[in-house]
This record gives sequence, structure tokens and C-alpha cells, in this order.
Amino acid sequence: MRLTQGTFSFLPDLTDAQISSQIEYCLQRGWALSVEYTEDPHPRNTYWEMYGIPMFDLKDAAGILREVQLCRKTFPNRYIKVNAFDSTRGVESLRLSFLVARPQEEPGFELLREAGPGRQVRYALRSYATRRPEGHRY
Amino acid sequence: MKRIGGTRGAPESAAERYRAGVLKYSQMGYWDSGYRPKDTDVLAMFRITPQEGVEANEAAAAVAGESSTATWTVVWTDRLTACDRYRAKAYKVEPVPGSPGQYFAYIAYDLDLFEPGSIANLTASIIGNVFGFKPLKALRLEDMRFPVAYVKTFSGPSTGIVVERERLDKFGRPLLGATVKPKLGLSGKNYGRVVYEALKGGLDFTKDDENINSQPFMHWRDRFLNCMEAVSRAEAATGEVKGHYLNVTAATMEDMYERAEFARELGSVIVMIDLVIGYTAIQSMSKWARRNDMILHLHRAGHGTYTRQKNHGVSFRVIAKWMRLAGVDHLHAGTIVGKLEGDPNTVQGFYNVLREPRNELDLQRGIFFEQDWAGLPGVMPVASGGIHAGQMHQLLTYLGDDTVLQFGGGTIGHPMGIAAGATANRVALEAMVLARNEGRDIWREGPSILADAAKHCAPLRAALDTWGEVTFDYASTDTPDFVPTPTAAA
Repeated sequence: MRLTQGTFSFLPDLTDAQISSQIEYCLQRGWALSVEYTEDPHPRNTYWEMYGIPMFDLKDAAGILREVQLCRKTFPNRYIKVNAFDSTRGVESLRLSFLVARPQEEPGFELLREAGPGRQVRYALRSYATRRPEGHRY
Repeated sequence: MKRIGGTRGAPESAAERYRAGVLKYSQMGYWDSGYRPKDTDVLAMFRITPQEGVEANEAAAAVAGESSTATWTVVWTDRLTACDRYRAKAYKVEPVPGSPGQYFAYIAYDLDLFEPGSIANLTASIIGNVFGFKPLKALRLEDMRFPVAYVKTFSGPSTGIVVERERLDKFGRPLLGATVKPKLGLSGKNYGRVVYEALKGGLDFTKDDENINSQPFMHWRDRFLNCMEAVSRAEAATGEVKGHYLNVTAATMEDMYERAEFARELGSVIVMIDLVIGYTAIQSMSKWARRNDMILHLHRAGHGTYTRQKNHGVSFRVIAKWMRLAGVDHLHAGTIVGKLEGDPNTVQGFYNVLREPRNELDLQRGIFFEQDWAGLPGVMPVASGGIHAGQMHQLLTYLGDDTVLQFGGGTIGHPMGIAAGATANRVALEAMVLARNEGRDIWREGPSILADAAKHCAPLRAALDTWGEVTFDYASTDTPDFVPTPTAAA
């Protein structure tokens, strides 16, 4: 399967030049960029690992792209995303969030069903990858 | 000559003012051209069309009177109250540009006239009696301004745009939806099939239509069970949070609560109601949604009966303001380019009312008052009705990021199937957002951006070939009265 979280997952994987343009767009709006990675892509896994704190003071797209590249090198074969944080009152949340790396193999998710009374079903989603311990999933 | 009030002269003393009989509304204190609205006043602006021979000021005073304390004749019991304060005051009347016989009437209401946190009470005053008043040929409530103190008596959207995005983990682009079609007649099993295909193919949401409740062909429980199977399957197939707006509209509050509870038990992230359930029921459902961490989608079923014609009714921008106070998370607010009514400036005005932390005066978009929303979360506007992937550059330019674009026919009617239709829409959207962020002029280059994206996406190619030329180019009826003045330099 292809995980389609993030703003541009239905497009071919972005090139570094394309990633740079998106970072530039965010910087122009005063948003702070950050890099996060995970090997637990469950759709409700809100807390991916932070690759450093958000780069509030780094205003240089090339520098931020270098962080992306370093993260890819340190954690190959993981999901990695770039987030843009807007501290404007009333937002104080992400304005853009897109994948910049994904594992070579994406085994996807199993849907577990537990039948209950009245034809009711309790659903649980489980990533095939998380059956293995952290550090050995992809 | 026809008169609204009596023929007595202007009263010179209190004794004269309260002598039994009939006075003009303007003589009773409902017209005060010197009144300066207080920051704590509720303000309303009406478009009035007086009957022949009725002065505009007197008609405005009558509207102020009939929407606050007045009755048709003098009553001495006014003197038992601080009646000067409780009288609404018409303070400004202006002719409507280009519409002879119509006037904009501005009226101020004291805050104490309204029960805190009740849309029912607010509307019972403002639109309660006055719309059938004989001395007016027609009357339309164009806009309202709510003081911060009053706004703060409402809890507003149960979720709001920002938290909705965080819950769904979807940022930086409009959300995508589709209404299941045909809207009536599908069995639960077949209905769920459409939901599954559309969500798996790339949509974020699917939706019940306004009149899907519990009919002989599909009982509501059967629909809920099948839709949640489809939602769960699509989440597993994509790794994304997905949702289906389960319409819980029903005959009674008890029935609606029962359906909403069932949706919650099944793990739905969102439920839906129709505008026709009424303001009190909407506020009740908003409280329920807040208690249960549920997004609340409102379909504006029925609004066209009173929002569309410019001379009579209630502007949708006022309905939008009421619904933001009442506390819904999604509200259908027009597409501009689709099959339903929607002048670009007027619709952008609706979107701004729903989304912005503060509205400035913006006559060109039909915004007649500043409005400070005092931290009340934004409502996600929903664009639905006759839109397709080929219009993506127009939709993104007109409507921005914080909106749900709903492609019902444009998904389900795709020649390669429902999932392909969904993929076409998602690819078109992501390609357009990417291009816009790269600094390209999507208004001009839109069609070529779509054509390029279609090179790696056969479903998008097919969508463009099928619907690329379809437009709904009709004149709008609900249009702004103010146009920008051309400058000499232009």
C-alpha cells in the first residue's frame, strides 16, 4: 500500500527542489518548520518523533532541506515529514505537513473486527510493521 | 395618504406622548438620527421597501419598534419600564444604490433585550413579527453586528477548523468530500459501497444527503453500520483518518440523540444535521457534539426559501453568523462556480464570516459591519453542488484552503468508477496546491497544471475529458449592492 497521509501524497514523491519550494513558501509566511519521523504510521499516531525542535529561527530553505537530508541519513527507511507551524493567534497549529521520505516497503494495515451484539462491530487498525519492536520495523 | 401611525403632531410632553391613541413609530422614540450605537449594542441592517406614501424614516422606525418593544398603539405600561433603553432605535437610513424605492435601515438594540446564548430568543426578536408588517412591501435582514459581550455567551463551534484539522491530521489543503448518489433508494449495503470506494480512492469525507434519514429502502441503523464498515476499511487501505457525515436529523430530539449516540458508539468522527431541525435543536446538537468530541456538519437545507431573493428574507451572511454562534463545525456556503446560486463577492463574504477571527467593513462582499468574533473558533465552509476537478484552480483561488470541496457527481459519475473519480479530484487538488505554493499563477495556468498532473494520473485525464468544459454560467440573484469605484489610473 501507499500511505497517503500528508498534503501531497497523491503526487509522485517530491524531489528535493520541490521540497525546497514548499519550505520557501512557508518561510515567506513566517511559519516555523520542523522535521519528524516515525515507524508507527497509524493514522491516529499524533506524536511522531521530533528530529530536533521546530526551527523557529532558521529562515534559510537550504538549511532546512539539509536537516531533512540529515534525518533521512540518520533514519533511513522511515516515514519522515516536514511540518510548518503558524503561531498566529487563532491558528497556533500546523499549516502544512507533507511526507518527504517513506520506507521502501509499506506493508500497510490490518483491519481487526470484533463482532458485538446487534451486528455491531468494533474496529481496530493495526500496522503490520508494528508487530516488530521499534528499530526493526522497516 | 396611508399612514403607519396616527395623525397627532409630535408630542411635546410625556403626558402627551402617553395619551391613549395612535402615534407614528418615529414619534414614539424608535427613530433617532442622533443616536450613536454603543459598543455593547446589537446592530441590524435591514433592506426595507416601504409601501407607496410611507416615508423611509417612518418605515425604519416601525421595523425598530416591531422588532423590539412597540405595538400599534400607545400603551401607558411603557412608563413602568426604562422604556427609552428598551426601544430599538433606527439611526440611519440610506437609499440602496441602483434600487429605487429600497432603503438600508440601520437599527441598534440594547444588549439587555436578548437572552444570553439563545439563537431562538435573538431571532424571535429580530425576525419574529416584523416580516409580515403591512406598511412594508418587502423586508430583508442584510447583516448583523454582535457585541463581544454577547458573542461570549455562546460556546461556538464544538470543534472548529483548527482542531478539526488536528484530529484528522490533514493540513495545507481543502478537504475533499462527496455526497452519496443517488441520494434516495440505495440499500444500506450498496450505499456503503459508494462510501468505501470514494474514501479509498482519496476523499477525506463522504456525506449523507439532507433527506437521507430512515426510509423504507434503508433504515438508519443499517446505513450507519454499513457506512462505518466502509470508513474503517478505507482507513486501513490508506492509513488516513476518514469520515462519513452520518445524518442524524429526525422527528424529535430524542430520536436525534439516539442516532448520534449510535454514531459515536460505532467510532464515527462526525455527525450531520439539517438546518430545518431549527435553531434550538441545532444548539442542542452542538452541545452534544462538544460533549462527545464529534465534528458537527450542518446542511443548509431550506435556506434558499428565504435567502435568495434580494428584496425579502434573511441574507445567508446572517444565517452564517447565527450558525457560528450556535456552534456548528461545517456549513454549506456556496461554490461560486457550481450549479447553485453564488455571486463570487457575496459568497466570499459568507466564507469570511464563517472563518475569520474578525470581519472588517467590506461593502463589496456584503459585509456592513465590523465583527469581532472574540476567539470563537471558525466554521469550515463547505462547497457543494455541481463542481468538478477541471475547476480546481478556480475553487482554490476563490475559496482558499479552509473549506471542504464536495464532488458528488464529479466523483461517483466518473467513467472509470467511484475510486478513480476520487483519485482524480485528490490529484487535481494536490497538484494545484503544490503549484500555488511554488508561486505559479494558478488562475491563468490552471488548465495546463491539471493537464500536466493528468500525465501521471489516468483518472484525472478521464475526468478532464468528461467534464472539462462543463460550466454553470447563470446570473446570480443575490449580488452585492456596492461595486468598487474604478480609479482614474486604471
